[in-house]
Amino acid sequence: MEALLRIENLSKSFPGVKANDDISIDVNKGEIVALLGENGAGKSTLVKSVFGLVKPDSGTITIKGEVIEPGDTAAAIRHGIGMVHQHFQLVPVMSVVENIILGDEPHKGAFVTKKAAREEVIALSKRYSLDVDPDAIVEDLPVGIQQRIEILKALRKDIDLLILDEPSAVLTPHEIDELLEVIRKLAASGVGILFITHKLHEVMAVADRVVVLRNGKLVGTTSPKETDEEGLAQMMVGRNVVLSVEKGPARVKEVALEIRELSVKDDRRLDAVTHFSLEVHAGEILGIAGVEGNGQRELVEAICGMRHRENGSVRVSGKDSPDMDPRGVHLMGVSHIPEDREKDGLVSSYSIADNLTLNQFNLKPFADKGVRNFAARDEYADRLVKEFDIRTPSFQNSASSLSGGNKQKVVVARELTQNAHVIVASQPTRGVDVGSIEFIHKQLISARDGGAAVLLVSAELDEILSLSDRIAVMFGGKIVAIIDGQGADRQYIGRLMAGLSE
Amino acid sequence: MKRFNIKIWQLLLTIALLAIWIYSYIANTDITNSVVASGMRFGMPLALAAMVGIMCERSGVINIGIEGTMLLSGFTGFYIASWSKNIVVGLLVAILTGVLTSFVHAMMTIQWKMDQIIAGTIINILASGLTSFLYKEGSTIPNSWPIFDIPLLGRLPFIGHAFFTQQGPIQYLGLLLIPAIWVMMYKTRWGLRTRAVGENPGSADTAGVSVIKVRMINVMIGGAIGGLVGGFICLELVGSFSKEFTAGSGFTALALMIFGRWNPMGAFAAAILFGLAQALSTQLQIFGVTNIPNQFITMLPYVFTIVVLAVSAGKVRPPAAAGRSYEKEQA
Repeated sequence: MEALLRIENLSKSFPGVKANDDISIDVNKGEIVALLGENGAGKSTLVKSVFGLVKPDSGTITIKGEVIEPGDTAAAIRHGIGMVHQHFQLVPVMSVVENIILGDEPHKGAFVTKKAAREEVIALSKRYSLDVDPDAIVEDLPVGIQQRIEILKALRKDIDLLILDEPSAVLTPHEIDELLEVIRKLAASGVGILFITHKLHEVMAVADRVVVLRNGKLVGTTSPKETDEEGLAQMMVGRNVVLSVEKGPARVKEVALEIRELSVKDDRRLDAVTHFSLEVHAGEILGIAGVEGNGQRELVEAICGMRHRENGSVRVSGKDSPDMDPRGVHLMGVSHIPEDREKDGLVSSYSIADNLTLNQFNLKPFADKGVRNFAARDEYADRLVKEFDIRTPSFQNSASSLSGGNKQKVVVARELTQNAHVIVASQPTRGVDVGSIEFIHKQLISARDGGAAVLLVSAELDEILSLSDRIAVMFGGKIVAIIDGQGADRQYIGRLMAGLSE
Repeated sequence: MKRFNIKIWQLLLTIALLAIWIYSYIANTDITNSVVASGMRFGMPLALAAMVGIMCERSGVINIGIEGTMLLSGFTGFYIASWSKNIVVGLLVAILTGVLTSFVHAMMTIQWKMDQIIAGTIINILASGLTSFLYKEGSTIPNSWPIFDIPLLGRLPFIGHAFFTQQGPIQYLGLLLIPAIWVMMYKTRWGLRTRAVGENPGSADTAGVSVIKVRMINVMIGGAIGGLVGGFICLELVGSFSKEFTAGSGFTALALMIFGRWNPMGAFAAAILFGLAQALSTQLQIFGVTNIPNQFITMLPYVFTIVVLAVSAGKVRPPAAAGRSYEKEQA
């Protein structure tokens, strides 16, 4: 049988990096192909070449036997390719209908026929049973629904091939289940699916075939039947990866972080955290489990001085920490790995070296008497780039040139190398590949063993379970239970997270 | 909640203005008519200049070179009309100048991805320098574009005399052009794409819409309108070219665009309001209000602009991508 999509000998270089090196992949009709690889392995570049957003240097892309002209999105769409992008490509201020019809609007002459457009969207959403309100404004909708709109946008064109670029990165577990169901249904109706993900259990759950990239090269093809998660991880990273974390018993010391009666409001001025009290000891990892949106973000921001504390106190090593003063809190020995690395963790336009010294650029040895010492900075940056395996041609490149996982490594490298007393890590491995997850986990544990108090907030229950010495379950802005990390019951925590008592 | 509040404010303002208009119309029809008519006469060029800003910014290009575009167009329009002894040729050349000037702006900002504020400043400095350097005294044009009445509409009660008599072609043209731009922006495919490109160019690009093409064309349509305004100011309203005749009106137009929230009808209303303030200040001078120094009276429209902008500034939301060149995401 002729393959639906045939990528042959595709290569693409960016300044300093060979993103894709002589890659050939086939996707058949109705087949789900998962594209796996570490951050910066070239997966996104590859699918963008297929969709015409990137123009490959060499190689051909054929769909249903026809060659598509490279670097032409309109041509890719004409040939029946649809794509759901990692960063949603929606216009926030426009309605669902307007977003879906953009680019191929139902029209009479120059005019958009709004009624026909609306009916089409309703019919489309019925046909694939993907429920959306056609008149809602996109920015008012939750991310899960926004992604549904992206999928509808792609499906509208009667596509033969659907590309999904890390579709599950921002979704809640329930939304992910729904997404996987949609993917299965589409494949059953004959659409070929090519999707990128970091989550190995998703691959095991839906993929028919798995293609693994490493450093821009194709390293192998396998299927969930032939391998398991450990095997996939090993193919991706090129060495043995320990998915379960190895750690010794905690040597718990005095209280390092003490939160007493803390109340915080969210952006809409509603109570997000109410009368919250918690102690984290030096030498332990305390994990906060909870469904996102139960006050974790506001809690972390209040601890780190980024959000006003309405009530209560936060004490670090026995001293009161200042409210609304992130620098002051940091100087007391608190490191913070923020949830949103783009917004709170990095200055994208600065170099990697500057980002690595962002909160100590004015201190010795990086500056002396108000004059910066670039040699010291460069030496330090060079060391961290090697130590934390940040994939970049040079530490002089801007942080924006890095892939998501490598950006995260920059933040982690900066925050974990300052011998902090308290480390607040919020979603430290979001959007990061398995190799790097293993590395970041090891770093957190060695920080703990070095005597730091680690407060870990994560939406991934597995991460909490494997790292935490104690687990605090948060629901509705309060702690509902504190459980010992050893032998904690997943089901039980899941029920607590959902707000069910016992 | 916020959207609702803004509507209430607009409604109240509209009702208040209508009430004042009706009251003064009944009290003194002639003076009211002449104030409204001269408000329209002053306001329309500004309204059209604001359209230049809207066309550009809705597609994601900040154009602070409106001032320079109008200055250059007025210059070429006037001297070509003077040389060829033909005001039609002069106007066409003015429009062409506007298109060419904006083409330069578009190439700098869209193709070469230069900073948009700097590009606009270049246009302004270039226009000011060139026109002052090449300026020659004593040129005249054979005749200027006439002021005329619209036959039937001019007799309409209430609005007829104020809007449809004794106006120049640019005023009547504006009454057609501005609603047309509104329809284009909100009802057509081109408008939908333009707004998408101005809000999130990535969404348009991934839907197969060429961001560069949409921006280039919108900026150049804007340029044509800018040329039209510059040309008419020199060939009709003023009837001559004088150095720096634009006197900051390109920037006033941008302020009105913001006040009108990047909506053509909103900017039009803002411009007419500004024109009325100007007409009123002229009227006050004619009546010889002597206990207030003249300078304060001429200040009125500008004070009005500052106050209005300051009041509405907190709530405005420009097109999200305005001011940023588009580059496809890499890697």
